[in-house]
Amino acid sequence: MRDFINDKLKTIKPSGIRKFFDIANKIPDCVSLGVGEPDFDTPWHITEEGIYSLEKGYTFYTSNQGMPELRDEIATWNKRKYDLNYTRDEIIVTCGGSEAIDIALRATTNPGDEVIILQPCYVCYEPDVILANGVAKIINLQEKNQFRLTPEELEAAITPKTKTLIMNFPNNPTGGIMEREDLEAIAEVIKKHDLLVISDEIYSELTYSSKHVSIGSLPGMKERTIIVNGFSKAYSMTGWRLGYVMGPEAIMNQMKKIHQFVIMCAATPSQYAGIEALKHGDEDIEKMKEEYDNRRHYLLAEFERLGLPCFEPKGAFYIFPNISKYGMTSEEFATDLLQKEHVVVVPGTAFGECGEGFVRISYAYSLDSLKEAIKRIEKYLKENF
Amino acid sequence: MKTKILRILEKNSQISTSEIAKMIGEPEASVVKAIAEMEADKVICGYGAIINWDKVTDEKVNAIIEVKVVPQRGSGFDRIANRIAKYDEVSSVYLMSGGNYDFFVEIQSKSMREVSEFVFNKLSALDSIQSTATHFVLKKYKDNGVILEDEKVDHREMLEI
Ligand SMILES: Cc1ncc(COP(=O)(O)O)c(C=O)c1O
Repeated sequence: MRDFINDKLKTIKPSGIRKFFDIANKIPDCVSLGVGEPDFDTPWHITEEGIYSLEKGYTFYTSNQGMPELRDEIATWNKRKYDLNYTRDEIIVTCGGSEAIDIALRATTNPGDEVIILQPCYVCYEPDVILANGVAKIINLQEKNQFRLTPEELEAAITPKTKTLIMNFPNNPTGGIMEREDLEAIAEVIKKHDLLVISDEIYSELTYSSKHVSIGSLPGMKERTIIVNGFSKAYSMTGWRLGYVMGPEAIMNQMKKIHQFVIMCAATPSQYAGIEALKHGDEDIEKMKEEYDNRRHYLLAEFERLGLPCFEPKGAFYIFPNISKYGMTSEEFATDLLQKEHVVVVPGTAFGECGEGFVRISYAYSLDSLKEAIKRIEKYLKENF
Repeated sequence: MKTKILRILEKNSQISTSEIAKMIGEPEASVVKAIAEMEADKVICGYGAIINWDKVTDEKVNAIIEVKVVPQRGSGFDRIANRIAKYDEVSSVYLMSGGNYDFFVEIQSKSMREVSEFVFNKLSALDSIQSTATHFVLKKYKDNGVILEDEKVDHREMLEI
């Protein structure tokens, strides 16, 4: 029989840490700091709008691009929060940021186009680039730069084939952010080389002690920026599968075709819930953010006490301590910690080779779980090093 | 800083000052001082636990009593409210706007009989009480911001994201 599988797909490695989580799942008293989604329930008033929509019988497709009312709310929200100017025709409502990243890449990549990816990063970018027939070019971000992208690093990675830069700030897994000056510096390079930016801003609302700045709001950037955002992290709505992508209308008109033929439209109840979230969810975000911020401070203080070096993450809900001084690889460290003390952390290498020497710790967990985890990590470090 | 401390204590009054200090990124000494000030100012009026008594004993009855009074010259509602508040059975007293009554009084007692005795013999006997209406609580679902259900389970799958 013939091999029916797509060759490109075969080059994509399955996630190596799945088996790691399978071990963890079998340990009953495991404390996990591994999950990358919020621990809060979706605020009830938002859930209720979803339920109402079902009760009222709104169980049909919406317009392909998403309900006009939702797209208008998305536009208003982004203007209000980040001074971004988009209209409903420049927005597509998607099944999460995940779909948005995929269709943005597919709509803009020709075979052989180089797409720059900043590692360590979220796991989907490289496979998505490969599936879009692009060539992924990796920049290894440096801890000493707080995992920000510098103009020099960007300049050095650009070749005549470079078309697109994907970036994600606040960042999964490092918690790093880019402030206005940092973005301004790289915007110059982007314009000079006539590049497109896909900016995954899914954690934009979880920025502590400063305000998130979107690269799309800088002068001359809107026409070369595609912004990905969504409801999963800000409103604790991961299971609703709701996100969106915003960009220049000419690109969106093409991108719409992929969305239309692959997805039809995002789930209707989720769209109703999304309208409620954008209109009345500011306070929910503030509450959750304060809680995350408390946990972030708590972990930083505890890591300092334990002598575990860690740069201060300013966004998202991850901390990325440097474990290289213990003389183990990230995977060895994570496995050993799991086996000896039953604490799950994710090896930094899950997010790219340059994640070696780090582990990702999520603080989307209650303070009690964090306390228990710290107790076990303290014991582990004392007994083993 | 004080509001942050209060929001943390409101959820968990057992948390230590060193933990609060870590959570808000302030020195522990400042936290201790702020709490002492708020205790002195009666911003923090006490520390308690939220208990689901239904799980412990049948001998607990909660009732809510609407009380209508004639305000007294000079002291308005305050004097009578303070008198009602003195009884041990009374767990809270609120002066309410609108409606057909003035005070909303919560009672915790051992039995329905005790509650009715309290209303007849003590409350109604006070000067200036015009009328009362007693409502017994059948079941509590949420108390002090806490949903009284069994432990929350983490439904999240372990994904590699
Ligand atoms: C950086 C980043 N982008 C996108 C996503 C996908 O989110 P969504 O639920 O909106 O698809 C995640 C989820 O973990 C993420 O961490």
